[in-house]
Amino acid sequence: MIPSSPLLPDQASDVARSVDHLMLFALSGLVFFSALIAILVLVFMVKYRRRSDDEVGIDIYETNPKSHVLELVWSVIPLTLLLVLFGWGTKVFFDQNRPPAGAEQYWVTGRQWMWKIQHPDGRREINELHVPVGRAVQLRMISEDVIHDFFVPAFRIHVDVLPSRYTTYWFKANRTGSFHLFCGQYCGTEHSKMVGHVIVMEPRAYEAWLAGEKTGPSAIASGEELFVAKSCNTCHRPDSSARAPILNGVFGTQASLNDGTKALVNEDYIRESILNPAAKVVTGYQPIMPTFKGQVSEEELIQLVNYVKSLKAASATTAEAGK
Amino acid sequence: MTGTTNPDGSPRTHYLNAAYGLKSWLLTRDHKRIALLYLVSISVFFALGGLMAVLIRMELATPEGDLFQPDIYNRLFTMHGVLMIFFFLIPGIPAVLGNFLIPLMIGARDLAFPRINLLSWYLYSIGGLFTLWALLHGGVDTGWTFYTPLSTNYVNTSVITVGVGIFIAGFSSILTGLNFVVTIHRMRAPGLTWFRLPLFVWSAYATSLIQILGTPVIAIAILLVAAERTLHIGVFDPKLGGDPVLFQHLFWFYSHPAVYIMILPSMGVVSELVATFSRKPIFGYKFVAFASIGIAVLGFLVWGHHMFVSGQSIYAGVIFSVLSMLVAVPSAIKVFNWTATLYKGSISWDTPMLYALGFIGLFTIGGLTGVMLATLGIDAHVHDTYFIIAHFHYIMVGGAIMGYLGGLHFWWPKITGRMYPLFWSKLSAIVIFIGFNVTFFPQFILGYLGMPRRYHSYPPEFQVLNVMSSAGATVLGLGYLMPLVYFIWSMRYGPKAPSNPWGATGLEWQTTSPPPVENFLTQPIVTGPPYTYPAPKRAPEVTVGV
Repeated sequence: MIPSSPLLPDQASDVARSVDHLMLFALSGLVFFSALIAILVLVFMVKYRRRSDDEVGIDIYETNPKSHVLELVWSVIPLTLLLVLFGWGTKVFFDQNRPPAGAEQYWVTGRQWMWKIQHPDGRREINELHVPVGRAVQLRMISEDVIHDFFVPAFRIHVDVLPSRYTTYWFKANRTGSFHLFCGQYCGTEHSKMVGHVIVMEPRAYEAWLAGEKTGPSAIASGEELFVAKSCNTCHRPDSSARAPILNGVFGTQASLNDGTKALVNEDYIRESILNPAAKVVTGYQPIMPTFKGQVSEEELIQLVNYVKSLKAASATTAEAGK
Repeated sequence: MTGTTNPDGSPRTHYLNAAYGLKSWLLTRDHKRIALLYLVSISVFFALGGLMAVLIRMELATPEGDLFQPDIYNRLFTMHGVLMIFFFLIPGIPAVLGNFLIPLMIGARDLAFPRINLLSWYLYSIGGLFTLWALLHGGVDTGWTFYTPLSTNYVNTSVITVGVGIFIAGFSSILTGLNFVVTIHRMRAPGLTWFRLPLFVWSAYATSLIQILGTPVIAIAILLVAAERTLHIGVFDPKLGGDPVLFQHLFWFYSHPAVYIMILPSMGVVSELVATFSRKPIFGYKFVAFASIGIAVLGFLVWGHHMFVSGQSIYAGVIFSVLSMLVAVPSAIKVFNWTATLYKGSISWDTPMLYALGFIGLFTIGGLTGVMLATLGIDAHVHDTYFIIAHFHYIMVGGAIMGYLGGLHFWWPKITGRMYPLFWSKLSAIVIFIGFNVTFFPQFILGYLGMPRRYHSYPPEFQVLNVMSSAGATVLGLGYLMPLVYFIWSMRYGPKAPSNPWGATGLEWQTTSPPPVENFLTQPIVTGPPYTYPAPKRAPEVTVGV
């Protein structure tokens, strides 16, 4: 455990602590080698200062057969340390980027210059994210315009928010408090105003906060409404005369495409199929679906994705048909 | 005075007074004069870029964005980056010192293609004028990295004009690299084998390879940005069917090796300085020489370390991380070899040596923080914060500019035939070193604390460190003004320089200061390895081994 200091930001997750330990290791290497070079240089500068105008240095490289050994030593030792640092850094990076199973899923939409957040129960916030302490939280993020970046120094991780596909940020806060949320990727005029807070609360306080907030329909319910409003259900019907693939139970499966390849049905696949339906068409269907590009916002797309994701296979036969 | 020689035996006519008038400069094919043309032009861009840095640091002295509108601030840091990188650092040492020195160091009369050399300067100048023209029309506010789709479909500033400027200047860089490679291959003096070359020439060679192979890629990236902006071809903007991350791959494929275009020549300068001012051969000459080539080659394989959090696959991140670690090895070899060269040397504390030591110190910190950034788990936190700003300023300012200034101080007597005041020049090296550290060291801490880069306003808890940084920038600015003043002063009032004021080896010190138009009155012949001390006395008629 590293004590809090003005040189370290708040440390609000176990991952943050492991990043600090890694940093400390790298820093000790930096201090050691910088000091070594600085001391050697200064000592040589003084000890071997020129004492007379016609003095020359003594070449020890050619005369000393151990010179090559020295070259080897100062190549191999740094290389070894670098590889240790690489291995450790990679392990920490995997911890930073791979959410544990069962993490609660929130949705983040970035736009110039605000963060819009949807809770699993449909609650929405702008530039603030309230979460309970001690629970793993997974953010699925997308941008409506340019590239943004979700950065909470207290969790020691940046993840870019792209306009082209979903990226994932996760954390498990281990202490309560209000922590800076920054946009970490330059995004235009008010980039430095695209900031907010992640507010980590005790479970009881969180419940109280939830109770005091207005709840909208859940993302799934909103998605279902949209599914009907946009007439998706006229083709994507769970019956055999459907002109489009049945969506029940399709999420997480491999879809066979009419070009002979397969594609994993995940959030990105569903989003792409709404915006650019002709890109990956399931075998046995015609590319007749119109594009919804420009007709549904990123937030609505998130709701539709959530709805499709929630559709469980009614029976084994429909699940088979959905492939 | 009559006759062709001065009282001290040096010829009266040299490259500076061989012809007068604007035409004799603007149409010159003499590599030495072209080097001076570059020196003047890059100094203008350095001053402009520096002025912007001053304005940026003024704004950041307070947490609120109270000095400039956000759009103005964004243009300031963008133009600071564009001017400093594309119009000062990249041409910097190759075009000024490389142009002046490579023919002299290898005993040639000029570069292989003198006309193309002049063309390079014109291309650079035209590119620079485009950029200045864009600056007068409000500049550009995308960040010097031009990330898409911000640069292609969201900002309304002179992206294309600046892009064209960089595109044209890029050809200057390619042609300079080409010229150097051909010259080094074909025009070495008799007896000057590859392993007798000064290490500056090795590093210039490595730099030239990057310029030739890397620059076309940024040219392509710029063309695609321009095409998307004007014709709405979907390459990068997902709304048009493009992939925004593709741009980052193209951009960094050039712009990471470009860092080595900036630092390798400085490393070459430092090798020359360390050898000269300790009066002995560089420890491990071949290791230092091949380290330059190693850095140039590995430099092309590490661009993805700028993209660890860009949405790139985390497994791609793993590969780029380990390759980036490997680049640190040749850099470490150089630093250790320079240090070992000092051992049992005869070390003088002249001004160029002080700059060289500043380089070693700052480059070591810059390099080791670079290792931290190559570490995935650390980069994921400090990416795009002030930590990275501090890191690359340690490399590009602490490293590249210290080396450049060290080189200027070293070869100034050769270039102008005049000496500058020793006291002021030593003071400038110290002031720059201190000012630099006060400016940029606090930024490492700011970055780890989480202050993002390119922020016009910031949370108040970051103010103390920002004020320190701004105060340091004032000192640094003063430090940079000093050489400007005494160099200009020295050209008229400085004492005349002898042909070899430092007692250095190297063919450039075998000719007069300033050199004659044809560099050497007789063809030099090299009979031994470089850096063999004591340096031979100059014999005007017969030039013997180095």
